[in-house]
Amino acid sequence: MSKETPLWEVFVRPRNGLSHKHCGSLHAADEVMALQAARDTYTRRGEGLSIWVVPSKSIFASDPDQTAENFDPSVDKVYRHPTFYDIPDEVGHM
Amino acid sequence: MYSQGLIGADGATEETEEFLAAFQARIDREEKIEPNDPMPEGYRKTLVRQIGQHAHSEIVGMLPEGNWITRAPSLRRKAALLAKVQDEGGHGLYLYSAAETLGVTREQMTEELLSGKAKYSSIFNYPTPTWADMGTIGWLVDGAAIMNQIPLCRCSYGPYARAMIRVCKEESFHQRQGYELLISLCNGTKEQKEMAQDSINRWWWPSLMMFGPHDAESSHSEQSMKWKIKRFSNDELRQKFIDATIPQAEYLGLTVPDPDLKWNPEKNNGKGGYDHGEINWDEFWQVVKGHGQMNRDRIKARKKAWNDGEWVRDAALAHAEKRAARKTQQAAE
Ligand SMILES: [Fe+2]
Ligand SMILES: [Fe+2]
Repeated sequence: MSKETPLWEVFVRPRNGLSHKHCGSLHAADEVMALQAARDTYTRRGEGLSIWVVPSKSIFASDPDQTAENFDPSVDKVYRHPTFYDIPDEVGHM
Repeated sequence: MYSQGLIGADGATEETEEFLAAFQARIDREEKIEPNDPMPEGYRKTLVRQIGQHAHSEIVGMLPEGNWITRAPSLRRKAALLAKVQDEGGHGLYLYSAAETLGVTREQMTEELLSGKAKYSSIFNYPTPTWADMGTIGWLVDGAAIMNQIPLCRCSYGPYARAMIRVCKEESFHQRQGYELLISLCNGTKEQKEMAQDSINRWWWPSLMMFGPHDAESSHSEQSMKWKIKRFSNDELRQKFIDATIPQAEYLGLTVPDPDLKWNPEKNNGKGGYDHGEINWDEFWQVVKGHGQMNRDRIKARKKAWNDGEWVRDAALAHAEKRAARKTQQAAE
């Protein structure tokens, strides 16, 4: 087998006003070919107006084993949510 | 298309009881498992095998239809067939990338397909001698694949489920264009209608085999159901397919080649359904083991494509390296 062709992550903006969203990955030698392949692979039916490709090796992910340490602290901080605060009905919508 | 009941995955796993129980609890809560999450080795291996087989099936599945693109009888049909075959290529790519999230490389998977180690759906080892086969494949083969794939959209492994959602959105056109093609033939000359009937006679049983062995013989099904990789058994899906398809055949004025096919009002908890004749499992296993009519041709075609493409892949990489080097040099100047 020959050398491995680099892996890219593909992000597509479905339409203006929305952010680019991850939709999959593909292999390509460089960013020019990655963009062409992304267009053919992920936007055959009007799925997007803009594409980003990012080398997969440039993505650093949080460790799933640390999910609890990372994200549990945000669960018990109810005072970060608007419904924690009592505003009298007379004040109206706030 | 084109998944098939999984052929021979080993779900054996060696983790501690606690680990397995915690994993099962996540599955039971309908939590999706994502790429770097801890997972039993058997779960990972089953998925690598299943997604790999599925991806290979999409890619090999381009061959029987690709062979008719230049001979399509009208521009409308040619455009449809071309778009369908291109979709199948896309499906293969979505699925390969889903498998790659489990730590297997594209090159490894390609190597396993070319060496015969990895399987693909048995259906693509049948020949496509007539134009009617383009209709029958869309209607029956893509139809069977859709039946298999819809529950896979809820598979417990996130990347596989997401790939299947994309695939399913695209499959409906495949089935409809095939059925429409058959309607044209059935409204045409006597010879055209006969060609359609002959095609169904050849594809009916192989399509039923796409769902894989009977539940009793399907050794790894139970574990896959427990892990929610699979949501329905092979026989349940096959039955749904038959019940959905027979009225469509009747509309065409065509029959399926099963003298034992009979409406059974008791079936499906009293909703009724069709009893069908015995499936020739010897034929199925022969084809799976590589002795179908087209197995050798299909692998030969894939090897040729891979080998002929080697200089292109190498040249693209060399060009990319050259461009990168030039950029670094310019930055230094
Ligand atoms: Fe497909
Ligand atoms: Fe398809």
